[in-house]
Amino acid sequence: MDGDKPVTNMTDVGKRPAARRGVFSRRLSGILEPYYYVSPAVVLIIAVMLMPLILGLSYAFRDIRILNPFSGGFVGLAHFQALMHDSAFLGALINTAWWTFGSLAFQFTLGLVLALLLNRQFAGRRLVQALVFLPWAVPTFLSGLNWAWMFNPVVGPLPHWLTSLGIMDTPFNILSDPDLAMWGPIIANIWFGIPFFAITLLAALQSIPGELYEAASIDGATTRQQFVSITIPFLAPTIAITLMLRTIWIANFADLIVVMTKGGPADSTQIVASYIFTQAFRRLDFGYASAIAAVLLVLLLAYALGVIALRRAMTHADS
Amino acid sequence: MSTPGKFPLRKTIYWGAHYLMIAAFVAFALFPLYWLLKVSVTPNDILYTEGVRMWPSRTTWDNYTFVLTQSHFPHYFMNSVIVSGCTALFTCIIAAITGYAFSRFRFNGKIIIVALMLITQMFPLVMLIAPIFRILAPLGLTDSLTGLIIVYTAFNVPFATFLMQSFFDGIPKDLEEAAMIDGNTRFEAFRRIILPLTLPGIAATLGFVFTAAWSELLFALMLVSSESASTFPVGLLSFVSKFGVDFGQMMAAGVLALIPACAFFLLIQRYLVQGLTAGAVKG
Repeated sequence: MDGDKPVTNMTDVGKRPAARRGVFSRRLSGILEPYYYVSPAVVLIIAVMLMPLILGLSYAFRDIRILNPFSGGFVGLAHFQALMHDSAFLGALINTAWWTFGSLAFQFTLGLVLALLLNRQFAGRRLVQALVFLPWAVPTFLSGLNWAWMFNPVVGPLPHWLTSLGIMDTPFNILSDPDLAMWGPIIANIWFGIPFFAITLLAALQSIPGELYEAASIDGATTRQQFVSITIPFLAPTIAITLMLRTIWIANFADLIVVMTKGGPADSTQIVASYIFTQAFRRLDFGYASAIAAVLLVLLLAYALGVIALRRAMTHADS
Repeated sequence: MSTPGKFPLRKTIYWGAHYLMIAAFVAFALFPLYWLLKVSVTPNDILYTEGVRMWPSRTTWDNYTFVLTQSHFPHYFMNSVIVSGCTALFTCIIAAITGYAFSRFRFNGKIIIVALMLITQMFPLVMLIAPIFRILAPLGLTDSLTGLIIVYTAFNVPFATFLMQSFFDGIPKDLEEAAMIDGNTRFEAFRRIILPLTLPGIAATLGFVFTAAWSELLFALMLVSSESASTFPVGLLSFVSKFGVDFGQMMAAGVLALIPACAFFLLIQRYLVQGLTAGAVKG
C-alpha cells in the first residue's frame, strides 16, 4: 500500500491518492462501490433461493419423478386436481393449523411469563437465564429424538409418571396413538420455542424506560395498573410482529415431526410442510411436492396479507 | 419497579412464587437433557429394570467408547464440523460486507435487496428441496459437503446480514471518515478500523450460523446419500432406524452432538437478547 502514496512535497490535496484519478472515474467508482459490497450476497441468494423458488413453482405444473426417466412433461393443473381429492393433504391442512396454534399459544404464554420473571433483578439471574435459554441451542433433530425417547415407555419416564398420576391406565407411547400423537411434537416444540419468545420479549421489556414506572408509582399506580398501562402497550408492537413471524415459521417447521413421527401414525401428525418433504424425499415425486408447496405459499401469503390488513384496519379505527 | 415494602408478607409470598416458577422453568428446560445424559451412562443390563430411576445404581462409559471407536460417528462429527465451520466462516464474510453496505450506503435498489432478503426469511425453505436437488445433481454437488456448504451459506446470509448491520449501526461513522481523510480507501478503513471494533458481533454471528448449520436436517437428508458425506444428524437418524433398540449408544451419540452446539451457545449467550431482537423485530 505504501507504493500508492504520492511523493511528498505536494499540496494537501495531492496527498490523497483518490485525487490523482479523474473526477469521472472517481465518481463512477463511488456510485458502484455499494454494489461491490452487496453483490456476493445478492448473487448467492438469487442462485440458491430465488431461482429454485421459481423453478419449483414451474415443477408444480409438470410431472417430475426422479425414479421415472420419462417424466418431465407439462401436466397443467393435474397435480392441483389430485390435491383436492387427497385426503392426506386435507388432513395435513387441519393438522398444520392445530400444530401451529397449539405450539404458538403455549410458547408465547410461557415465554411471556419467563420474560417477566427474568426482567426483575434477583440472585443468580444470569445463570438462570443461560440455563432456561439452553433448549434453543439444542439441535432440532436432537430435541426431536430426545423427546421421542422421553415418551417411549421403554426408556422414557413420561408414560410411567402419567400412569402414576392416574392419567394413563398403563404406560404407552402417545406417539403411536393417532388421537394423541400430535401432542408429542407440540410439547417438543414448546420446549424448543419458549426461549425464543422469552428472549425477544425480554429485550422489549428492557427497552421500556424505567422512569415511566417511577413516575407512575409516584402518582400512586399499583403494580397491576403499571403492567396494564405501561408494560402491555410497550410490548404490543413486538408481540404483534413476533406472533405473525412465528406463526409462519412454525407452520413451515417440519423437522420435529419428521424426526419424531414421520407424519404418522396414519398421517395423524402430517403437516403440510412435512407432507412436502415426504413426497420429495420418500416418493421422489418432485412435481406433486412442488404443487403442495405452491398451495402452502399461497396460504401463508394470504395469512400475512390478512394480518397486515387487520392491523391497518385497527390502527385506522384508533385514529 | 419493586413494590414498596408495605406488606412484607405479601412480598415474601411474591418472591416465593417467583423463585418457584423460575425453578419450574429451569427444570422443564434441563430435565430432557439430564435424561439424555443419564441413559447414556446407564449399563445396558439395568437400563430396563431401572427405567424410571433418577440415577442408575451403576454407571459406565461403554456407550461412549463404542460410539467413539466402533461407529462412524467420529466421521459424521468431522463432516458436520467442516460443513458448519465453513458455512459460519463464509456467511460471516459475506454478511459483514453486505451488512456494512446496508449500514453506511444509500444506493438505488437497496430497498429491493432488503426486501429480497426479508422474503427469503418468510417462505417455506422445504419447498426448495426438490429444485435445489435438481440443480445441484448435474453439477456433482449432491452427496458432497461443498453442496451443503453453498446451500447453508445462502440460507443464513440474510439473517446474518441484518445482525451484522445492527452491529455496524452502533459504530460512529466518523471513525472510517477520519481514516479515509488519512488516505485509506473505504474498504481499507472498513477492514482496519471497523471490523476489529465489531469482533464481538462477528463472534456472535459465527455462533448463530454455526448452530443453525449444525442443526439442519431436511436438506442434509435429501442432498446426502452416502455414508462418507453424512453429517451428524443424517448419521444419527440412520443409526436410530437401523439400531433402534440400542438406546444407550444412541443417547451417547446424542450427547456428542450436543457438545459443539452448547459450546457455541455459551459463546453467544451474552448477545442473544441483542441479536434475536435485531433479526426478528428490527430486521
